[in-house]
Amino acid sequence: MSATHFDAAAAARAWRPPPLIETPWLRYAVYLGALAYALVAFSTIEVNWTRAAEGVERAGRFLSGFFPPDFVTKGDDILAGLLESLTMTVVSTGIGIILSIPVALGASRNLAPLPVYLFCRGIIAISRTFQEIIIAIVFVAMVGFGPLAGTLTLAFATIGFMAKLIAEDIEDIQASQAEAVRATGSSWFQLLAWGVLPQVRPRLIGLSAYRLDINFRESAVLGLVGAGGIGDTLNTSFDRYEFDTAAAVLIVIIVIVLACEYASGYIRRQVQ
Amino acid sequence: MAILTRADGTPDWRRRTPKADLLVWAGWFGAVALTVACFQFISDRTIWPFVWDAPAQGADLIGRMFPPRWSYASQLWKPLLDTINMATIGTALAIVIGVPLAFLAAHNTTPSRLVVRPVVLFIIVASRSINSLIWALILVIILGPGILAGIMAIALRSVGFIAKLLYEAIEEIDATQVEAVTATGASRPQVLGWAIVPQVMPAFAGISVFRWDINIREATVLGLVGAGGIGMQMQASINVLAWPQVTTIFVLILGTVLVSEWLSARVRHAVI
Amino acid sequence: MLLSIEGLTKRYPTGDLALDKVDLQVPAGQVMALIGPSGAGKSTLIRCVNRLVEPSAGRVMLDGVNLTALGSGALRRARRRMGMIFQEYALVERLTVMENVLSGRLGYVGFWASWFRRFPRKDVEEAFRLLDRVGLAHMADKRADALSGGQRQRVGIVRALMQDPKLLLVDEPTASLDPKTSRQIMRLIVELCAERGLAAIINIHDVALAQQFARRIVGLRAGRIVFDGPAEDLRAEGLTDIYGEEDWSQTIRKAEEEDEAAEVLA
Repeated sequence: MSATHFDAAAAARAWRPPPLIETPWLRYAVYLGALAYALVAFSTIEVNWTRAAEGVERAGRFLSGFFPPDFVTKGDDILAGLLESLTMTVVSTGIGIILSIPVALGASRNLAPLPVYLFCRGIIAISRTFQEIIIAIVFVAMVGFGPLAGTLTLAFATIGFMAKLIAEDIEDIQASQAEAVRATGSSWFQLLAWGVLPQVRPRLIGLSAYRLDINFRESAVLGLVGAGGIGDTLNTSFDRYEFDTAAAVLIVIIVIVLACEYASGYIRRQVQ
Repeated sequence: MAILTRADGTPDWRRRTPKADLLVWAGWFGAVALTVACFQFISDRTIWPFVWDAPAQGADLIGRMFPPRWSYASQLWKPLLDTINMATIGTALAIVIGVPLAFLAAHNTTPSRLVVRPVVLFIIVASRSINSLIWALILVIILGPGILAGIMAIALRSVGFIAKLLYEAIEEIDATQVEAVTATGASRPQVLGWAIVPQVMPAFAGISVFRWDINIREATVLGLVGAGGIGMQMQASINVLAWPQVTTIFVLILGTVLVSEWLSARVRHAVI
Repeated sequence: MLLSIEGLTKRYPTGDLALDKVDLQVPAGQVMALIGPSGAGKSTLIRCVNRLVEPSAGRVMLDGVNLTALGSGALRRARRRMGMIFQEYALVERLTVMENVLSGRLGYVGFWASWFRRFPRKDVEEAFRLLDRVGLAHMADKRADALSGGQRQRVGIVRALMQDPKLLLVDEPTASLDPKTSRQIMRLIVELCAERGLAAIINIHDVALAQQFARRIVGLRAGRIVFDGPAEDLRAEGLTDIYGEEDWSQTIRKAEEEDEAAEVLA
């Protein structure tokens, strides 16, 4: 097809396999940076290897302490912790979702004026930056030990999570649909109900189900700082070296997480 | 959507049939009732006078937290570096273990759907169900307190996360590209390297960086159970009620998390 | 006889009988068009030849080798002799044009050589020669997803030729292309087959295109061959046998007219 003579041999000599990163200076910067970091990281880690080596033998004893799991001896404690975790999950998810909706609306650039937008984005940033445990420490200091602190923590985390993802979805809606609704002379709330909500609903439901799942998982650790839930039971059993009970608690957590995951997966498949 | 017939025989439009309407209302009622019942349960376990005192407590807490004790920061650089190291090395370890697991779990690359796949899926679920803090709790008992337990806790939790998201990405690849490479006479490893790996590469990079970002957050609290990093200093400061130091730690965490989030967003943007 | 198919039958696990005792012979260097309605088994037939789909019964002989009896290693070596061209191009989109072309040599190099993209110099030269032949040498380092449909299909053709095949299996090469590009691609395939003495089985929907470019036409209906003859012999009765009752008078003439129109536009 080409009119001029094409030198395939020369082209083949010049050809190199494409590198992973296109720009040469960036490529070498990344390689050097990774190498430098690896050196720094491994030279600064202090690991007590003799203690770690003992770990193998300890692990054996520890794991044998796990078997057989004992559901019975502390059955009441496990049940109470579980019930606490579940109630915390339900209440925090409910409150969190309700509160996250206005924040999500405020954090959507296509709906909210700039000051409101910045304020809502600020709430989201704070809620997402800190690990749930840190928030729980603060809430425990404020309202005392118990499931209420855990519930507030999870609700707060839910707001950041839901509002961020819903706001992204709202910003991605088809402007033409919202415009068509506005063209009918609708009010702002009607615009939300007819132009925005139908487009975001599947995501809203899917994320709610997903968050329910996450909240249960998180509720299982908040007990470590006294914020209630099955984590309390777990922590106590570790403290008392009742590893067979700890194993039972872990199994209960895995089973419920599995059930939650299956259920939330089912709900998400249904709405999509 | 339902078209009803009115008593006089003219058609009438309703959003739902009366029966469906009733079901929807019953569903909402059930959800609210459940939430209220759960809240009642939590409320019974709460000492309300403490809660009413919360605003005062909160104000008091904030009063004691400010001004932050900036001089304390000089003791925090090493723990902060440890925290970042825990997250990074833990993520790297999780990638090394998680990627092969993902290929064993995806139904289009698994060597055996009947044996290998279910076993790997169970490993993935077990790893995901248990929060890294609980992993840390267990590992501190086995390996002794310190950064090694933290790295392992991060890695064990992240393996499931990375493997799950990656195997979902592998299952969604375009099958015709795989077919085309198979048709050239490529061996199974070659098909993997030429048709499947290029397709999941962006997902892989995105997932790894996303998990690293999450791990930075998680690593900040692992110290609470003795697994190294800045959480140890936080625990120590809280134990002696040195709130100005806690504020300094919070600010450092906030800065680190913001930087890591920015970095991970940049990398994800670059690979897509 | 380069390829001979005897009693080829394919029944899918769902129970659908896609091919019903098909017998077909293709001599070396012959370009053959396989036409038939959707679901007639065209795609299944060519995939049974290189065993991307496992046949249920029957034999496929290529150059005297029984493909249906081969183990996986021998099958891979046999696949090198059969280049395949796909409907949706099936390029690995995130690899460059050159990498896609070189993937045609995967059956000849070891895993690690291919992993580090170390191909023999003569393979890379051949790749450049072929890319130049189809007018894409300047695109070698572009990513495959940056190309237009016609360009992608030409890369797909070059990939198949890189295998140094005796036979091309071509699955609806023009289904995703506009009429003019379709003709260019068909012409390119036929020309390349003539240059290199390759046989080809071309699955195609467009009867007019088939008649224009293939000397021999085979019609498939519900997994059986109902027409087999020179392109000129395909008349309304033949088309009725293949597709069912319809007014075919326009279809048969359309080919030349459209081609003239395309020439005028070009």
